[in-house]
Amino acid sequence: MADETDVVTEVPSVAESVADGAEVTHSVPSGHTEGGGLEFHPLDQFIVRPLFGDGPIHWYTPTNVTLWMAIAVLAIAALFVFATRGRATIPSRSQSIAELIYGFTYKMVEDVAGKDALRYFPYIMTLFVFILFANFLGLIPMSFSTTSHIAVTAILGFGVFFGVTILGFVLHGTKFLGLFWIKEAPLFLRPIIAVIEVISYFVRPVSHSVRLAGNITAGHAVIKVFAGFAALAVISPVSVLAITAIYGLEVLVAGIQAYVFAILTCVYLKDALHPAH
Amino acid sequence: MATESTEMAEAVTDAGMPQLNFETFPNQIFWLIVTLVVIYLLLSRIALPRISAILAERSGTISNDLAAAEDLKNKAHEAEAAYDKALADARAESNRIGDAARADAQKDLDAAIAKADEQIAAQTAEAEAAIAEIRANATDNVAEVARDVARALVNAVGVEASDDAVDAAVNDRMKG
Repeated sequence: MADETDVVTEVPSVAESVADGAEVTHSVPSGHTEGGGLEFHPLDQFIVRPLFGDGPIHWYTPTNVTLWMAIAVLAIAALFVFATRGRATIPSRSQSIAELIYGFTYKMVEDVAGKDALRYFPYIMTLFVFILFANFLGLIPMSFSTTSHIAVTAILGFGVFFGVTILGFVLHGTKFLGLFWIKEAPLFLRPIIAVIEVISYFVRPVSHSVRLAGNITAGHAVIKVFAGFAALAVISPVSVLAITAIYGLEVLVAGIQAYVFAILTCVYLKDALHPAH
Repeated sequence: MATESTEMAEAVTDAGMPQLNFETFPNQIFWLIVTLVVIYLLLSRIALPRISAILAERSGTISNDLAAAEDLKNKAHEAEAAYDKALADARAESNRIGDAARADAQKDLDAAIAKADEQIAAQTAEAEAAIAEIRANATDNVAEVARDVARALVNAVGVEASDDAVDAAVNDRMKG
């Protein structure tokens, strides 16, 4: 969290036109200078950079996104594969945690989406575990939060949306449209409700993905703003306290947002499996 | 100047949210999909079957242990019942033996009492016979004395009376 000034030079677009003078001009618009040498770059932590060199970012370029997703994969493998290698009946501590997360997710899928949704449990587990680990890894200072990017969460959200919608049509055919035609409502209200239902259905992936990215981005940005204030000796104790408090809040948010994403996925899945209300 | 203007344009995008820098989208999406596929394969091929096997094995072990505990409990109950039964049997047996012994003793006692009663009765009868004899003898003696006394009295008075008359009179009085 200390390399704000260096970050600007590492931005590939800037680095392409290497010039000492350019660095100065760039740092002005990206940070709002508010006297006393205070510089705020709350969003620089989200910049995607290549890991090696300063070249342009192609779709295959290994970037900090690649690095932190790889770390997430390694952490998941460590917890769910390495820690359970003993297959102990009396579990070790790490195996207990793996079993706890497994049991938690399994029960959530079963309770929210029903027993027949357990076929899709590995997919939901994949989403939940990835978001959970990405959120928590993003809380490590100097790290990169992959789930703070709308590109990532939109793929997750729209992936769930299309997966669930296609599943609904495959399982129920046109009967899946009954999801929008509420039989319990009075006849004259049904078209109006149907319009509202359709709109809310198509808003789902947007809210689903923006909620996650927004929460993570906002929390990290706020921490960074307080970190910027720490440069003033008078404010710095307050600033450090505030960072500590918000960090605690962010730990909660990291877990809760992963849970919310997974449980909403279960709710959408339930709609696909049982479109009749 | 041309490079200057593109720099400025890039600077503007830099100033905005890096999340909205669409140039990085293909990269992020590509690596996200790779990551998700790897996680999915790790979980569905290795981790989830393994954990579910562990959980199943554990619940199996627990239910086996519970069944074994139930078994042992039943055995303990059986043993306790057998012990209670043996105790009750022993108590009944001891009661029976005691009763038999008591009955034997009673029989012996009864026999002894009967024998003693018999002896007592015999002795009583003997004694009564002796007493009766003594009493009879005594009555005869009294009559004899009375007759003698009466005869002597009659003689002393000087009245002439046969011995037979005196005897009859005395006997008459003694009967009365």
